[in-house]
Amino acid sequence: MTLESKIPAGDIATKWTQYKSTVPLVNPANKRQLEIIVVGTGLAGASAAATLAEMGYKVKAFCFQDSPRRAHSIAAQGGINAAKNYQNDGDSVYRLFYDTIKGGDYRAREANVHRLAECSTSIIDQCVAQGVPFAREYGGTLSNRSFGGTQVQRTFYAAGQTGQQLLLGAYSGLERQVGLGNVKMYARHEMIEVVKIDGKARGIIARNLVTGELERHFGHAVLLCTGGYGNVFYLSTNAMGSNVTAAWKAHKAGAYFGNPCFTQIHPTCIPVSGHYQSKLTLMSESLRNDGRIWVPKKQNDDRHPNDIPEDERDYYLERRYPAFGNLVPRDIASRAAKERCDAGYGVGQSKMAVYLDFKYNMMQKYGRTEASKLNIANPDDETLIRLGKEVVKEKYGNLFDMYKQITDEDPYEVPMRIYPAVHYTMGGLWVDYDLMTTVPGLYALGEANFSDHGANRLGASALMQGLADGYFVIPITIGNYLSKEIHTKPISTDHEAFVAAEKAANDRIQQLMGIQGTRSVESYHRELGLIMWNKCGMARNEQGLKEAIAEIQALRADFYKNVRIPGSVNEFNPELDKAGRVADFLELGELMCVDALNRNESCGGHFREEYQTEEGEALRDDQNYMYVAAWESKGDSWELHKEELKYENIKIQQRSYK
Amino acid sequence: MSKLMKLNLKVWRQKNADSAGNFEEYKVDASPDMSFLEMFDVLNEQLIETGKEPVAFDHDCREGICGMCSMVIDGRPHGPKQGVTTCQLHMRSFNDGDTITVEPWRANGFPVIKDLTVNRSAFDRIIAAGGFISTNAGNAVDANAVLIPKEVADEAFEAATCIGCGACVSACKNASAMLFVGAKVTQLSKLPQGKPERETRVVAMVNQMDAEGFGACTNTGACAAECPKQIPLSVIANLNREYIGAKMNGK
Repeated sequence: MTLESKIPAGDIATKWTQYKSTVPLVNPANKRQLEIIVVGTGLAGASAAATLAEMGYKVKAFCFQDSPRRAHSIAAQGGINAAKNYQNDGDSVYRLFYDTIKGGDYRAREANVHRLAECSTSIIDQCVAQGVPFAREYGGTLSNRSFGGTQVQRTFYAAGQTGQQLLLGAYSGLERQVGLGNVKMYARHEMIEVVKIDGKARGIIARNLVTGELERHFGHAVLLCTGGYGNVFYLSTNAMGSNVTAAWKAHKAGAYFGNPCFTQIHPTCIPVSGHYQSKLTLMSESLRNDGRIWVPKKQNDDRHPNDIPEDERDYYLERRYPAFGNLVPRDIASRAAKERCDAGYGVGQSKMAVYLDFKYNMMQKYGRTEASKLNIANPDDETLIRLGKEVVKEKYGNLFDMYKQITDEDPYEVPMRIYPAVHYTMGGLWVDYDLMTTVPGLYALGEANFSDHGANRLGASALMQGLADGYFVIPITIGNYLSKEIHTKPISTDHEAFVAAEKAANDRIQQLMGIQGTRSVESYHRELGLIMWNKCGMARNEQGLKEAIAEIQALRADFYKNVRIPGSVNEFNPELDKAGRVADFLELGELMCVDALNRNESCGGHFREEYQTEEGEALRDDQNYMYVAAWESKGDSWELHKEELKYENIKIQQRSYK
Repeated sequence: MSKLMKLNLKVWRQKNADSAGNFEEYKVDASPDMSFLEMFDVLNEQLIETGKEPVAFDHDCREGICGMCSMVIDGRPHGPKQGVTTCQLHMRSFNDGDTITVEPWRANGFPVIKDLTVNRSAFDRIIAAGGFISTNAGNAVDANAVLIPKEVADEAFEAATCIGCGACVSACKNASAMLFVGAKVTQLSKLPQGKPERETRVVAMVNQMDAEGFGACTNTGACAAECPKQIPLSVIANLNREYIGAKMNGK
């Protein structure tokens, strides 16, 4: 099968407008006859389910959590980008488009990214209308801050919990439709199979996680809004339940997986502190607005950070990248931290950390402004700190509290210790311009698809993409498919395809329960994570990837011999849920290594040690690798398909933030 | 590596909603740097390795924002510290040799599913009854078209930080959900966008709250004291004000 990205013809700036004006529509009466399944209720899923229901479609929404409000979008901290140009600093749709393509190291699709930038402004309007309490200035207008990889202030925020506020907005829209009877909500349900009839997605098999029962659900179309797969690394900033299962079952059912090796390692996370650790906690990128990153100039310097004088500190990001300084994109900041720590300049007990220090801006930026407002001439340091601290508290208070709670150190007094951690996956199910996968009628939205961020996502762009896909893209593009489905009557779930899919799902569960070995699911997950982090993490090389593939295969074989799942099938059994997810991670991990091994270049977050410039920057090979790697499942192996990327509106160059 | 603490746990075990439960006692060694849930991970590993059933408990983000974790620890929802969820509670808040009692949320509105896991879908139904602003995607005016004073935005935000965990209900002797409902009503009634529906909203939400079997407020303040997001008691006062106002207007 050849990949058809279905990008509309025409000028980049008018493509989407043109598309919207000409795409086939479904009339209101027919919408009421069409059923749509939405799996996942994060920003993409909740916004899509709410909006499609508002339009008149019959929607069924599923989430594995106890409430749709708990999807992991809730934990996004820093903000959401939009090309509003409220700050009058020269922002525009084109500039957001350009920054995103460049930030992604020229591995994203132009047309999708431009559409995303166009939709960004409407998202902010929509959220404000829903009652999302964004931060505001004293004059009553919306406030903005900067994020990495940009030189304008286009990030809208609600303290350090923007994701929570945006998700609660989308969730309230979803619950409104539940109350109106337009959405049927299935919480504590997990999708474990896609049902295909005549090649088209026609429903899912879901498992009721409370009773263990398998359920058949029909839909004219199925939307996967199930997030990313960062938990393949075991330790990540993802929620404990975040998983690849729905996307992986879709992949096994024929959906190609795009750029699986493109993972984002976020530079500012609280470092690992012990082997019992179950997850890593992010410290928002917004902190890099006001925090300066440094390590001591001396190796193995054990002095307390406050005792290290200014001229003995190496502000290495400001030194290496003077134009962007502390606000370089995430992949670059992460690699630079790793480079310093590997070279022996790391700090803290493990020496695998760098400092993120707020003192300078607390005093010189905020302290001075506040002092000036209060007409305090020549304020002393103590006054500056006192005044500045209040401003910092208002901007980042919840993050500082969280840091203190976890590390038992007060970041107002002592610099934070941070280190990179797995945070986001740019890779995901391959989709065309309509967000449809290679299975007709099966869509992927938000982090679950591969589309908009190339090889590295810029900060505050995940929330933007999730909501753009859900509120403004899928409601339009789905008409292109459903307008041809108006004669399809709902298919009975007694259809043989449903019976077969349910049997396949049940067989897998029985197989897992039948092993009754000795090792916990968790121990396999932890071991897989370590392989992935060491050999398919921040830096990769051919030898390591080949080893990783063999190790994962061996681990998977052992899992199916020795895993122990307590309890039974027909009850609330979180260990069984986890076993199914880890089984899928054990397959995905291999594909990620296969993809990383295939891509003989470095780009964005994919850093192959063999391919770097003399200064240690990622060295792309545009001649041979300017494509999306879309992998087709062939049972135990994969076949590679390539979607060539064409850049007609942006001049490709070596990415530079110097 | 910090020294391990030896802990005695008394944990509520209940097979399902229909069976009676009881306390079981366990011993666990924990590092002071572990979170309370990581200590439970260690316990569950022990149980699985010795062929026993692990303790079922709800958890997801483990960074204090999803609202999924829910344990009553030594009689207090989310444990002894103020302003933190169970997942952000660290073992350094306890002492070597402590006996810790762990129970599920206690309220009729939150029936037990298994062990420490409860069903909080009543909260979703309260939101579905009215906890929203009725606006469809595509209707919005420019985000800066309506100016909102910073104090108003901040007040709405403070109320909007509720994570819907249900600690307020569990802490209340009446199992009242008024802090939860008050927080949402306050957020939306303060903002200009929420004004058109403020009267119908508050009445619908309170009616649903009553239908779910949550009790009334008798001003003890345990809810606000135990709220991990420190939602203030004033949201309940505001809820009462909004409700009475709506009723006076015949809603």
